[in-house]
Amino acid sequence: MELTLWTYEGPPHVGAMRIATSMTGVHYVLHAPQGDTYADLLFTMIERRDKRPPVTYTTFQARDLGGDTAELVKSAVRDAYERFKPDAMLVGESCTAELIQDQPGSLAMGMSLPIPIVPLELPAYSKKENWGASETFYHLVRTLLLPLAPPPGSPPRESVTAAATRENRRPRCNLLGGTALGFRNRDDVREVTRLLSDIGVDVHVCAPLNATVKDIQAMPHADFNVVLYPEVADTTARWLQKTFGQPTVRTVPIGVLATREFVEEVGKVAGVDVSALLERERAGTAQVGASRSLLPWYSRSVDSTYLTGKRVFVFGDATHVMAAARMAKDELGFTVVGIGTYSREYARPIRDLAAALGVEALISDDYLAVEQRVTELAPELVLGTQMERHIAKRLGVPCAVISAPIHVQDVPARHSPQMGFEGANVIFDTWVHPLMMGLEEHLLHMFKDDFEFSDGATPSHLHASPPAAGAERPARAESMGAQRLTPLSSRELEAPEAASAVGFAEEEDEIDAVVAVAPIVTSWMASAEAELKKIPFFVRGKVRRNTEKYAHDRGVAEITVDIMYDAKAFYGR
Amino acid sequence: MSTVLELPVIRERGQREVFCGLTGIVWLHRKMQDAFFLVVGSRTCAHLVQSAAGVMIFAEPRFATAILSERDLAGLADANDELDRCVRQLLDRRPDISTLFLVGSCPSEVIKLDLQRAAERLNTQFLPRVRILNYSGSGIETTFTQGEDACLRCMVPHLPESTSATAELMVVGTMADVVEDQFTRLFAQLGVGPVHFFPPRMARDLPPVGPNTKLLLAQPFLGETARALIARGATLLASPFPFGVNGTTAWLKAAADEWGVSADRLDAVTAAPAERARVALARYGPWLKGKRVFFFPDSQLEIPLARFLYEECGVELVEVGTPYLDKLMISSELLRLPATAQISEGQDVEKQLDRCREARPDLTVCGLGLANPLEAEGLRTKWSIELVFSPVHGYEQAGDLAELFARPLDRAQRLAV
Repeated sequence: MELTLWTYEGPPHVGAMRIATSMTGVHYVLHAPQGDTYADLLFTMIERRDKRPPVTYTTFQARDLGGDTAELVKSAVRDAYERFKPDAMLVGESCTAELIQDQPGSLAMGMSLPIPIVPLELPAYSKKENWGASETFYHLVRTLLLPLAPPPGSPPRESVTAAATRENRRPRCNLLGGTALGFRNRDDVREVTRLLSDIGVDVHVCAPLNATVKDIQAMPHADFNVVLYPEVADTTARWLQKTFGQPTVRTVPIGVLATREFVEEVGKVAGVDVSALLERERAGTAQVGASRSLLPWYSRSVDSTYLTGKRVFVFGDATHVMAAARMAKDELGFTVVGIGTYSREYARPIRDLAAALGVEALISDDYLAVEQRVTELAPELVLGTQMERHIAKRLGVPCAVISAPIHVQDVPARHSPQMGFEGANVIFDTWVHPLMMGLEEHLLHMFKDDFEFSDGATPSHLHASPPAAGAERPARAESMGAQRLTPLSSRELEAPEAASAVGFAEEEDEIDAVVAVAPIVTSWMASAEAELKKIPFFVRGKVRRNTEKYAHDRGVAEITVDIMYDAKAFYGR
Repeated sequence: MSTVLELPVIRERGQREVFCGLTGIVWLHRKMQDAFFLVVGSRTCAHLVQSAAGVMIFAEPRFATAILSERDLAGLADANDELDRCVRQLLDRRPDISTLFLVGSCPSEVIKLDLQRAAERLNTQFLPRVRILNYSGSGIETTFTQGEDACLRCMVPHLPESTSATAELMVVGTMADVVEDQFTRLFAQLGVGPVHFFPPRMARDLPPVGPNTKLLLAQPFLGETARALIARGATLLASPFPFGVNGTTAWLKAAADEWGVSADRLDAVTAAPAERARVALARYGPWLKGKRVFFFPDSQLEIPLARFLYEECGVELVEVGTPYLDKLMISSELLRLPATAQISEGQDVEKQLDRCREARPDLTVCGLGLANPLEAEGLRTKWSIELVFSPVHGYEQAGDLAELFARPLDRAQRLAV
């Protein structure tokens, strides 16, 4: 038993959902009780997906347990097949169903449906989400491609160049590992496809993201495979290499240096000359206007000197942590003070990297252990997941998200990749953004006793309080208080809210105008003031302003609780 | 008996797109500031609670999960020893906690981990510093808001015996503190009291209960708690729930009648806030009047809210889904629904979606898993979970409640893209 406040990864069946949701024509029947449908909202809310995940839940209840839960599985499989007519079906169970041992996969296999059925056994009490995604992708690909595998003793696959020349086409590859709910996978796939095209390589199949069952069946026709996220695609790529002889490109193109290495590796595997492309994007000489890669110049420009040696802590999945640590050190000139990952499967490479950086690796999925490490190290910037955002917020440290698990704000509308040269540009902006700009930092330190800097009004910037420089950890309550007051900056309060329902914009404008010229002479009764404090902080300022305006207009000198609510009713939201 | 009570109800059994009872922890842990909720379950449970809590976490949560592992299931580790270790670890870290709830889950129920006995055992170690209670929020037994019912139900045996010789009022169900204060003032003006709220703001301040306790329910999902309180001698005051002007007035009247308050006094006390609420409501009338609304089952608030929308906002009810119908809780509400409203109990989500698409309502009230996909199909939606997490009870919030329904319609009209 393990005490957990937050979990970095969901259970393995959520990994399977990510595969099903990434694809078209694949349906997942999940033997699970009520409540497990919560996972739908991860996709519909965090990623704002416009369709429900293609998942049918059997929804068994306590009263079913003595009876025939197996029949429930069969009817769910039958109904899902008839309603959705998928091209392939995944059948598995969540943690509770695993305990009652109905073996839904075998049940579905016995139903003779005219589509491929992939039974999934994902042990929920020992494995986690990324493993579940990897395993699901592997079993799906294997089920669909095994009939197409060349018989033993077949001649070895011809070289990429030979095949491309013979067929009079460019070399082509499969792009493997992108999934729903992966950190910026949607944009990475787009960016890497563009980069490969610049190199002279076509993407044959991208999977699982955006793939159909037919696409998967066409995968052996690619010359080689590119693994974007080894957490999800490594197992599958190894099987494809073994079974179809497709070589694998393993460099993950996050960061300028890694992207250059990626280009070189693709060039080598595909037999394409990449020197011109690399010359154009050469680190150290990149110029604004001449290059797609702006990070090298931005990092060298004098404005970036204040970034020098900023102490950075990095935590997340293995792929993003390894890339981020290298970028932080070699591409932004930070000092990496600690790294860690929740991906236990990748403990070894992370430990090796930590040793190379001269820091200690934290291999843990215990949120409290991560929090403790961040507290001890007192970094000036945390690069982490949604969880580290909480930690950093509490400690008053700036934070940028580099890895899943993510939240809705980590799925921006704009193209915002992490991979390729453009990805490095995006990362530069993202990591520098939460940091105090050089001069502002000085001013805040110098005049921190200024009344507008303290308590009520925090600095004009994004985060709660200055970076914990000098290892000075703000008390929890203070940092929370400061955080909460941030949205109450004067500009926000002055802006008329667009939330009033029936178009009272005119009226609201008028309020603002009047408030701006007429100083408030009304006073608040203690009871009304106390009542006001009970209102959520993010609307308190507006309520105060409206109430005072209301009282002022009616010549009321003393604001009572009733006046406050009269005003609230009068103005609405 | 109303015509509605005899109307055919669609009863369905199939996939339910509804949270399990663990979700109640999300608001209960904020309401009782000295309480901590420890789910004994799987990684799925931990993932569910944190996903449901989502963006609402401004501070360290007062909930956690003791995640069962292969070792616990295979008997390699004694699950009870492991649980004791987790509880010790937790209470060491949070000395401010006075009540710890062990919350059962689907897996803990299926493996028959006896949390009742675990709580008794741990109490011998930790009382009086910490009281340890237990309930189940498992999805095989509870739906969404039933989690609060199970939580309050498990506290009932620990409520002190009331020694009062005269009537006392107990308001049952979680509401925002500010709303409780509003009601406290109204009850004081009416001369109804003493008033206790359950759950209390501090779990150690449990309200007394006894034969002179009169129960007024603030939430429609507390049937088991009400029955347990009745078993301890309390009397249930039947009433609609305090949503909107009518609901609030009827709710206050139920108490006022019990206390022998005159109709004049009730009018005098409620006239001003009721009028205020009507002013606030009038603002949203143009948005809601004549609109067709479809409720998917979610929080059990569906029937009272449908009544509010029908009576006070002029809404036409297409289908009102509810996870289950508890007549003890909901009869006063059902009586006021129009005969044209189709009630449905339980869920088969695909069939219900078919009905919803067929009906093309102006507004669909549904859970977060369905909202964006329905929006993408061109239907306007209101997330039902927001109705549970927002202060919506009483006169002062009547306008806010209407606004929650009006906003998606307003937004649809504003957007030109």
